[in-house]
Amino acid sequence: MTKTDTVQALLEQSPVDLIEQERYTCAIGALQSVVAIPRAVPILHSGPGCGTMIQGFFERSTGYAGGSTSPCTNFSETEVVFGGEQRLRGIIDGTYKVLDSDLQVVLTGCTADIVGDDVASVVADYRMEGRPIVQVETAGFKHNNFVAHSDVVNAIIDQYVDRYDSDWSARSDKALVNVFASVPYQDPFWKGNLYEYKRLLEALGLKVNILFGPQSGGVAEWQSIPTANFNVLVSPWYGLPIVQNLAEKYGQPFVRFGHVPIGANETSRFLETVAAFALEAGAPIKRHDIETFIAREEQAYYEEIDNLATFLLEFRYGLPNHVHILHDAGYVVGLARFLLHEVGIVPKEQFVVDNTPEEFQAQVRADMAAASDKRPIPLYFSPDAGAAQRAIRALTHKGRGLIIGSGWDKELAREKDYDFLSASAPSPYRLVLTTNYVGYSGGLRVIEDIYGVVLATYA
Amino acid sequence: MPHVNLQVPAVAVREIRLNTITGFAGNATELVSQSRCGGLVDQSRSFTQCLGCSTSNAACMVTLVQDGVVISHGPVGCSSCLHEFAFTYRVNAPLRGVQNPTQRHIYSTNLSEDDTVFGGNQKLADTIREVARRDTPQVIFVITTCASGIIGDDVEGIATEAEEELGIPVVAIFCEGFRSKVWTSGFDAGYHGIARKLVRPPRHKRPIINVINFWGSDIFSRWFEQFDASPNFITPYATTESLAYSSEALASVQACTTLGSYLSGALEQEYGVPALRAAPPYGVAATDRWLRELGTLLDKPEAAEKIIARDRAEFLPRVEELRSQLKGKSAYVTAGAGHGHSLLAVLAELGIKAQGAALFHHDPTNDIDSEDADSLVAAVRDYGDVPNFNICNKQEFELVNVLNRIRPDILLARHGGMTLWGAKLGIPSLLIGDEHYGMGYEGLVNYGEAILEIVENDEFVKNLAKHSINPYSKWWLEQPPYTFLGDDE
Repeated sequence: MTKTDTVQALLEQSPVDLIEQERYTCAIGALQSVVAIPRAVPILHSGPGCGTMIQGFFERSTGYAGGSTSPCTNFSETEVVFGGEQRLRGIIDGTYKVLDSDLQVVLTGCTADIVGDDVASVVADYRMEGRPIVQVETAGFKHNNFVAHSDVVNAIIDQYVDRYDSDWSARSDKALVNVFASVPYQDPFWKGNLYEYKRLLEALGLKVNILFGPQSGGVAEWQSIPTANFNVLVSPWYGLPIVQNLAEKYGQPFVRFGHVPIGANETSRFLETVAAFALEAGAPIKRHDIETFIAREEQAYYEEIDNLATFLLEFRYGLPNHVHILHDAGYVVGLARFLLHEVGIVPKEQFVVDNTPEEFQAQVRADMAAASDKRPIPLYFSPDAGAAQRAIRALTHKGRGLIIGSGWDKELAREKDYDFLSASAPSPYRLVLTTNYVGYSGGLRVIEDIYGVVLATYA
Repeated sequence: MPHVNLQVPAVAVREIRLNTITGFAGNATELVSQSRCGGLVDQSRSFTQCLGCSTSNAACMVTLVQDGVVISHGPVGCSSCLHEFAFTYRVNAPLRGVQNPTQRHIYSTNLSEDDTVFGGNQKLADTIREVARRDTPQVIFVITTCASGIIGDDVEGIATEAEEELGIPVVAIFCEGFRSKVWTSGFDAGYHGIARKLVRPPRHKRPIINVINFWGSDIFSRWFEQFDASPNFITPYATTESLAYSSEALASVQACTTLGSYLSGALEQEYGVPALRAAPPYGVAATDRWLRELGTLLDKPEAAEKIIARDRAEFLPRVEELRSQLKGKSAYVTAGAGHGHSLLAVLAELGIKAQGAALFHHDPTNDIDSEDADSLVAAVRDYGDVPNFNICNKQEFELVNVLNRIRPDILLARHGGMTLWGAKLGIPSLLIGDEHYGMGYEGLVNYGEAILEIVENDEFVKNLAKHSINPYSKWWLEQPPYTFLGDDE
């Protein structure tokens, strides 16, 4: 058997789609997308532990009103038997009294959805009173949080943003774009990344609705979504239903970039792609300004790489020469491309652990294949990261190795005596605040993080 | 006498078994007197925030068993936070002398929508088989979830069949979140499974004392050696073997009556291992009673006196100093039931006035049916009443309201997330993760010094208070804190 066959066999050996070492969570985990909107509050109509589970998965993720602050019906036997609609009304009433918020999103858990509560009509009553409230089905058995992120955003668009549609005319602001990229909290660098997308696109002359995080203008910004000229989607697959919904609703076209743009090659390509689309769509930006900005950013970037190259080429005590990445599809492709071309670390077997739906896998494979016309980079899809770890254990490559993954992979790296960079959820061994991996500066930060880890091994 | 029924697959939740409550506002004396006469009625809240969940507490007791693996039978989200136990296992291993902590193996059956329609039995059976193939564990724990509970999967049947096929214990643990508002019910569920499926009849008595606890530091060896015994820690860092022969111990003690009395009761009833009937050793009075009770139980009363004399001489002078340094300070406590009582004892011993407490639940009785083991009874007897005594299952909105009114000098918390609100109000706040840190005479010194340190170094919380973000409405902060308590049903 070839090496590729062996890995594939290890991944497919399981007769059941169990998950060992989960790297994402269930649909209700998308409550974090609500937490990421300034002054929005998630209201859980779910079992008592759902909020705690999500808080435990992401850690340091409370935000304005997540974690222990989130109102919850805490389903008990009574609600399972008799239904929980009345209880939900009580919790919503209490939320308006106890918490100050601009937007309320009711998320249902397994219990409410199995029992069949009519949450839509409960919430509709409050909406009739003019409350900014939205509901979305997020039973854990239905989807994971990558998928449910789109459901939450679309619910807010359909049940909240749409109410303001008559105040605006769709696509009236030619310079404005809505950006859909990082899934908040699931992407540990979401805050920094979104900030950087905003900074980069504004530098092109666009105005940006970034929608999540401290750079977002909160609900006022969400209300202006229909006026944007077009949408920018940075994603291998998740988030696509959002821009499709907006295309249908407001006739907004979208431009899509399939992986996370890290480093100069990909960031410039990303900016050129968006700029070309923007010009086509009649955005008031100037080609000359774009070229000047990209040139200036690249110059600053390559000054660093130039300065660093001696270290990368000459450091005689050992640096990693190959990498295994366990991450979502956008990061696996983005990091692999970056490390191969801009750092000189060769991507060996790569593992996409985000449960990429089958219909998108070919596209992700093609995106990865385009990274190099010289070498194939073996790519595997399985959310069963435990199986991926077993495959990595069975692999050997010459030289010093690097693993980029979640906290689960720290022990694997130690066993294999590889360097380890924590860059994916869950991430108990690393603290991330506003660091970005996206962009020119993001590429430099990845370099700092990798070699920071490597140099720390020299006692 | 304990009355544990190991014949049935699932142990009843605390609300049913012990008449446990999660809502009460009053003072500690009232709560104690009402508990004993059966007059205690639970009060529910018409507004609530996220609670904890039995499934994570069951997981907490089984994930750290050295040679076991855990399967969460549910959607992927129901085991989302278990990676935190993998972290704990690794980082606290040195405290228990585990040199090479092995990777934790945590699985989800990943239930999907089809499974909720057609059932997840086959998936569970296949998962158990696959897990046994991957890891060759000594024991497989299966923890249930709301989804698997409501769709009615036959987890007990599948586990029993798998056990026969694989020749290793496969322990079904029933801990669906919706069954109980008292998430400590999950501890009982884990212990119930362990007592049913892992503990074996004793071969002979051995000089070990079971310590039912979490993963704190080992302060017990130092005490037990005086009794010619050593601790047998249960369940974190235990092995299938050490759990199996916990039946051979001389006695069982617990870090916290709330945590341990179900398992110590089961061991006493089934295998005659006596459960120590004294509140855990926090504060001078309780420590002396606990050591003396242990001396009597082990027929070595002189050993207890020796420890007491030694520890008094070593630590009391420093405790005296701390008392004078902490004089006039006030505190508020929020914690789980048993440990919260113990913290109240520690505060009283240090001369700090408890202005109130919010404890997550209240058990009017316990599984060893012992008033002497009741740490709240002990605290009230030893140190008197505590005002503003609230039973509140981690309802942050009530805590914020109360703290804002009372403004104690310090907030003592146990369980994550609660110190934030003390700090946001500029109140020095302390969370000690190691539950053994406050035990014995030494524990008073530990706590006294830690409290002194946070009181002195309050620059961070003062600055945080100036810039803190508050989602709570002005209206709410002006209402009485228990406005929503007893407001419905």
